[in-house]
Amino acid sequence: MAGKRYIVAIGLNHKTAPVEVRERLAFSSEDTPKVLEAMGQDACVDEIALFSTCNRVEFLLATKEAPKAVEAVKDFMAEFKNTPRHTFEQALYVYHGDEAVRHIFRVAASLDSMVVGEPQILGQIKESYLHACDYRTCGVVLNRLMHRSFSVAKRVRTETGIGDHAVSISYAAVELGRKIFGELEGKAVLLLGAGEMAELAVEHLANNRAQPIFVANRTFERGLELAERFRGTAIRFEEVRDYLRQVDIVISSTGAPGYILVRDDFKGLMRARRNRPLFFIDIAVPRDIDPEINRINNVYVYDIDDLKTAIQENIDERQQEALRGERIVDAAVIQFRRWFQSLDVVPTVIALRDKMEEIRQKELKKTFGSLSAASEEDRAAIDRLTAALVNKILHGPTVFLKQSAHKDEKSLYVDMTRRLFSLDEPGEPEPEPQG
Amino acid sequence: MSLLFASTIACYIASSLGYQGYILFQKRPIYRVANILLWVGFLCHTVVVGLQYFETGHVPVRNLHETLSSFGWAVVGVFLILQVKYHLMVLGALVAPLATLSVVIASMLPRPPVELAPFVKSLWRTLHVGTLIVGNAAFAIACFAGILYLIQEKAIKEKRPGFFFRRLPSLKLLDSMGYASLIVGFPMLTFGVITGVVYAQMVRGRFWTWDPKEILAGITWLVFAALLHERLAVGWQGRRAAIMTIVGFVILLLTFVLFFVG
Repeated sequence: MAGKRYIVAIGLNHKTAPVEVRERLAFSSEDTPKVLEAMGQDACVDEIALFSTCNRVEFLLATKEAPKAVEAVKDFMAEFKNTPRHTFEQALYVYHGDEAVRHIFRVAASLDSMVVGEPQILGQIKESYLHACDYRTCGVVLNRLMHRSFSVAKRVRTETGIGDHAVSISYAAVELGRKIFGELEGKAVLLLGAGEMAELAVEHLANNRAQPIFVANRTFERGLELAERFRGTAIRFEEVRDYLRQVDIVISSTGAPGYILVRDDFKGLMRARRNRPLFFIDIAVPRDIDPEINRINNVYVYDIDDLKTAIQENIDERQQEALRGERIVDAAVIQFRRWFQSLDVVPTVIALRDKMEEIRQKELKKTFGSLSAASEEDRAAIDRLTAALVNKILHGPTVFLKQSAHKDEKSLYVDMTRRLFSLDEPGEPEPEPQG
Repeated sequence: MSLLFASTIACYIASSLGYQGYILFQKRPIYRVANILLWVGFLCHTVVVGLQYFETGHVPVRNLHETLSSFGWAVVGVFLILQVKYHLMVLGALVAPLATLSVVIASMLPRPPVELAPFVKSLWRTLHVGTLIVGNAAFAIACFAGILYLIQEKAIKEKRPGFFFRRLPSLKLLDSMGYASLIVGFPMLTFGVITGVVYAQMVRGRFWTWDPKEILAGITWLVFAALLHERLAVGWQGRRAAIMTIVGFVILLLTFVLFFVG
């Protein structure tokens, strides 16, 4: 099985394909075994792994015939998904060699994700790798590549802040709450009004053990409903001001046309609260809470724009951290290349020896044929002589190829050796140059 | 300079750098190393201070050199004790440099042999000076917690989360740390003032002389008494409490300077 192997990545993601295309080509977990089995049998595919999420489909191959393998995958996708090739071919990207390695590293490290730094992708890749292991479609190359991608992902996560800090409104609210109160446990929450984002925020707070939870709604029944959902208490809208004495976090999302709480509502309130901090999260548009209230000591008012700004900073921060992640990936790609190239050396050396041995045997046969008078001893001597010659001649090139000093040019020398001795051409027939 | 004192300084300097590094890079191992270094430095320092005490029979505050060194020791000690409960890691980034500064300055100061009159060698003096040193250290930490509180509060109020927002702990923790330091410091200060008054009576025959430094010491005590009262009675917390703590500490520093200059 000597022969140069190539790593190829073929796929599409949220950047290259619209959702209609992605959903059409996504492979479910039931599809995966069929795909692996079918593609694993393809002659030009040595090793294969597949992973498919809602944002991407990726085929990873090790092959000796890259162009053929790429065609095979494309054909397979068209056939398996019953979709003409032209409908998705433009969305596909094909990476070879280092670029393929870099791509898989970036995907695993969540540098290529829609939300950069989201942690799920690594788990998904690990799962698909396990599938590929189950079906034995991964060999030396992909095994190594996948394991490297896991460790690169881990390094990026621990050595950069890529996964830190909230990038959604409700998480940002929780994060801010923590910066004010330390622990959210036992902090009373009041929900004013209703709405998806507000309810999500309450849910996050409740998950962080904030309680009790009060719900005030213009329609008391709706309030009761919500209160039941959060295992809280429904209060009447008119009671809100009284409850401001005991709650710590207020999430407001009513459809009121003007402010429902103004600065005057806070006269004496802070004293009654013994100055305990009060945190308003005003998600409503138009706003419910007079921003002036933010000027009161120990009261903090964040409206939707403030929260968005906070998130934007976190997103920017992640981009910064992603740059550091790219550097880790770059280094890992180079490291992998070295390993991959050294993988070529041994088969090349073996191929070279095989070739020489083949020539030697052929020539010996010819010689012995014309030397019928030679004794057994003479034949043995000639055999030894030729073997020694081949060994001596090959010693230099072998050492040279194996030397680690040529790490970066290794593939160049391997390639040159293969061409000089035409190792990639079928052994027979060997035209002997005349004259 | 003794070898122990030199190692104290070295540990404090390294620890300070470590704490700054922790703030910058947010890596826990750096914090752990800084913390261990601070402990090692503190142990060396304890031996130094202890030796001075047993050799002379005085709390080592006979000259500015000893006072600064003892103050640095107390700051680190109070910090390490409070740290057990509050785990306010970033505070080390202020405490360690302060301790470093006091021991470094102490190491550069001359150490004139002090001949103290025999009456100075009294239990009252020991108590007076010892409690004040610890009290001052606690207020220094309260002041630092207050400064950090103000920085963090500004970030949250003005909705500009930045470098510090991420790195500083919650307002609640900073406020609690300030409160705890006040609770440690105030009784010490009170006791220090009372013993001082008694000691003054013994030495000078008068309890109170209306000397500027005595007046300033009285004001310091009143400021912290008012702060503690407000905290206890109406639950004062946050910004105002932080500002008042810082003001109190500044007056305390002035008093301290006056005692040595005047």
